[in-house]
Amino acid sequence: MAKRIDVSGLSAYYGSHLAIEDISMTVEPRSVTAFIGPSGCGKSTFLRTLNRMHEVTPGGRVEGKVLLDDENLYGANVDPVTVRRTVGMVFQRPNPFPTMSIFDNVAAGLKLNGSYKKNELSDIVEKSLRGANLWNEVKDRLNKPGSGLSGGQQQRLCIARAIAVEPEVLLMDEPCSALDPISTLAIEDLIGELKERFTIVIVTHNMQQAARVSDRTAFFNLAAVGKPGKLVEIDETERIFSNPSVQATEDYISGRFG
Amino acid sequence: MASTTPIDTPPASPVARERARPKTGRAGDKIFLGLSRGSGILLLVIMASIAVFLTYRAALAVSKDEGNFLTTFDWNPAGDPPVFGIAVLLFGTIVSSIIAMAIAVPVAVGIALFISHYAPRKLAAPLAYVVDLLAAVPSIVYGIWGALFLVPYLEGLNLWLDQFFGWTYLFEKTEVGVARSLFTVGILLAIMILPIVTSVSREVFLQVPKMNEEAALALGATRWEVIRLSVLPFGRSGVISASMLGLGRALGETMAVATVLSPSFVISGHLLNPGGGTFAQNIAAKFDEADAFGRDALIASGLVLFILTLLVNGAARLIIARRKEYSGANA
Repeated sequence: MAKRIDVSGLSAYYGSHLAIEDISMTVEPRSVTAFIGPSGCGKSTFLRTLNRMHEVTPGGRVEGKVLLDDENLYGANVDPVTVRRTVGMVFQRPNPFPTMSIFDNVAAGLKLNGSYKKNELSDIVEKSLRGANLWNEVKDRLNKPGSGLSGGQQQRLCIARAIAVEPEVLLMDEPCSALDPISTLAIEDLIGELKERFTIVIVTHNMQQAARVSDRTAFFNLAAVGKPGKLVEIDETERIFSNPSVQATEDYISGRFG
Repeated sequence: MASTTPIDTPPASPVARERARPKTGRAGDKIFLGLSRGSGILLLVIMASIAVFLTYRAALAVSKDEGNFLTTFDWNPAGDPPVFGIAVLLFGTIVSSIIAMAIAVPVAVGIALFISHYAPRKLAAPLAYVVDLLAAVPSIVYGIWGALFLVPYLEGLNLWLDQFFGWTYLFEKTEVGVARSLFTVGILLAIMILPIVTSVSREVFLQVPKMNEEAALALGATRWEVIRLSVLPFGRSGVISASMLGLGRALGETMAVATVLSPSFVISGHLLNPGGGTFAQNIAAKFDEADAFGRDALIASGLVLFILTLLVNGAARLIIARRKEYSGANA
């Protein structure tokens, strides 16, 4: 299922403002790649270009190429809706559909993609909730609203919803920043399991988290406020945190700025 | 900081503690407390006095009614014996309002969604402005427009409906005559309440949290699917409230109905036939010529309209409250 992402020469704009400039990188399949960097460096913007969510923002537009295996997501005949069905996303704040039950939340993406028989649907919902380590907590109240769960459970519900449609890639935009440490740990464990099946890209402000969960880490930085964000370097996580090749990375990681 | 103040009351919410000792506090607090409490009491007093006034005068009239107040198809309080009943008015009011709601609510939701989620920004702003402007047009203007333009224009539609949908009974036109029917009134009311329902619905749709919409988008939802998954569920209670505002206006609309309808005291399932009546239209038409007793009779009919409006609002609140657990508010 998992696919490799090849980004080349990617720039993203908000109106006339250049937010990120000329980014090229490769994301390996069945691995976790973490994006770190100071606020405003464009790491979330970059993440959102990987499933064409950036252009949803008014004025948002993208130049450059994103290849998913060999298919350019920004090709002329590519429908962004199809891209988003292949590249799933989990957001900073848990956002289950508030009017839907837990079951319907997980099934929402499936229902968009096609028709399923009822027992097929329940099988996939159970599998996805198990996959998100949430099944045991919610199996007795699948028809209760998803908004009644705790923040950490809601976030795992959103992960279940995202993986239910079997995406090639799973993007996570600071998935733990609104959660307490125990819920954070649960999500981090889950990320470790999910990378067996998916290509995972995670934006995080927490460097320990990047060190714990990721195989590779990309460091983003910007020259000054208002200047576009750039990719400084991407390497094995171990190397980034022990012996990075760029001085700015080391400064950031050791807490000298950012 | 070490606490030196002994806690001698059980912990309560800050607001509750404030309530427990309203006499203390600063002058501004006291004045505002007085003002807000006074306004609250005033509102209750006004409501109660309206209810008492209506009930008293209505009881005077109804006790002397020789017909059945609820089922009589006639309005003759000046007769000897006085005979009057609200059956026709209740029927006409409800039927014309149902027609109005059936037409206006779907169209209003459509317009509101177009303005909030489909139209380019350059078009959305002026469109929203025009809709708000329409809401401010006085009802008598709609009435004149309805009588002079809509009624003759609808004759063609009536013939067409009669020809192709006459078999439904509702759209069978058995009486010849201009389109001064409950159906026409319903269409006119629909046009009148369209702006307010649209305006409120649009406000609600614009308040859908971005993260709810992005949740749907990120799953690969098309624009319509985003609306179905995120916007409509979130806006549901708001649309109901908007519809109730519109329904309130439709139920009580006077001048426009009085201008368009040719009133008669018959109940007919043939909606295209001229005739029928509504509470407000009947009061407006008869109030001037009525003697004191006749006015009391009209007030009795007004009381029924008052109760009808209360029931409709209560029902709407029930609908909203029943799904509170699922509402977007606790997201």
